[in-house]
Amino acid sequence: MAKVLVVTSGKGGVGKTTSTAALGAALAQTGKNVVVVDFDVGLRNLDLVMGAERRVVFDLINVVQGDAKLAQALIRDKRVETLSILPASQTRDKDALTPEGVARVMDELREKFDWVICDSPAGIERGAQLAMYHADEAVVVTNPEVSSVRDSDRIIGMLDSTTERAKKGEKINKHLLLTRYDPARAARGEMLRTEDVLEILSIPLLGIVPESEEVLRASNLGTPVTLSNPSSAPARAYFEAVRRLEGEKLDISVPSERKGLFDWLFKRSVA
Amino acid sequence: MSFLASLFGRKTSAPVARDRLQILLAHERATGEGQSDLLAKLHEEILEVIKRHISVDQDKVQVKMDRGAGVSMLEIDIEVPELKGKPGAKPSLAPDTAAAAD
Repeated sequence: MAKVLVVTSGKGGVGKTTSTAALGAALAQTGKNVVVVDFDVGLRNLDLVMGAERRVVFDLINVVQGDAKLAQALIRDKRVETLSILPASQTRDKDALTPEGVARVMDELREKFDWVICDSPAGIERGAQLAMYHADEAVVVTNPEVSSVRDSDRIIGMLDSTTERAKKGEKINKHLLLTRYDPARAARGEMLRTEDVLEILSIPLLGIVPESEEVLRASNLGTPVTLSNPSSAPARAYFEAVRRLEGEKLDISVPSERKGLFDWLFKRSVA
Repeated sequence: MSFLASLFGRKTSAPVARDRLQILLAHERATGEGQSDLLAKLHEEILEVIKRHISVDQDKVQVKMDRGAGVSMLEIDIEVPELKGKPGAKPSLAPDTAAAAD
């Protein structure tokens, strides 16, 4: 039974696209058939973060409008064969996404894949609503920062009221993914602590992704961090998040960088 | 730092990012200012010509693109249905491939 997962946040720049790519690649590495769908019409970036930007021929809007078949628009990842990308359109025509068209495409994706991961645009308007409408599960990406937490609260409210499941009176599984977390600053009282955010938002925690230079490196390379450096702290956080999504019960921890011998020597030599 | 890093084999990632962006933005700017994207146009017109001669199922057409800095590839694979009036003729399954330099 396919699951549709929306990665959403309200606020921009908190790590939705990075997390979509990382979670998608991590799930696909377990052998699941995964598609990541970019709903950010006009400002697509998932293709770039996934390193597929040079291979885009058709996009979600072409499929919604019937100009291309779904199979023609899907881009198969070159590194993980069970991972595909459905890019967004770069044209500015946001109204081209009709609810009926999106519903048709989502039905077709559900037949082909085990996981359909929708990367939501920022904001709470039409695009974000369409991205979350068909979701069975939601990952709410939040930074430990006041405006992000406030916007996440708003999005959680929308997930409980405007989605298809909510309208049918069914439950939508919501998960909190705390990103750009700095345990040292939280310990010093300079940053909201995990417990603070959890208490305010009161949805279950999927994982804590620490602030890491590996995340920028991954997007520079166009490779999800769970592929570019699977043993890095953020990648381990995403791998654990994926296991929780699959129903495993794991204790939450904040992964930290494991320093190899080389790093250790290197750090010493420049210190 | 970067000198040491490159000395020990770990490549820095920013130059990769810069190159990727330059290629991407060169294509996007070219298409944004009303100039038509050559590859997109070729793709459209090649398919039009083929449709004029044979009816092809959309599902049997695979279009692949690889936009590069110097050379771009447009690859169109069309599964051509068995031609009528030639009983016993082998179905021409060999994909017709069109490649274009940008």
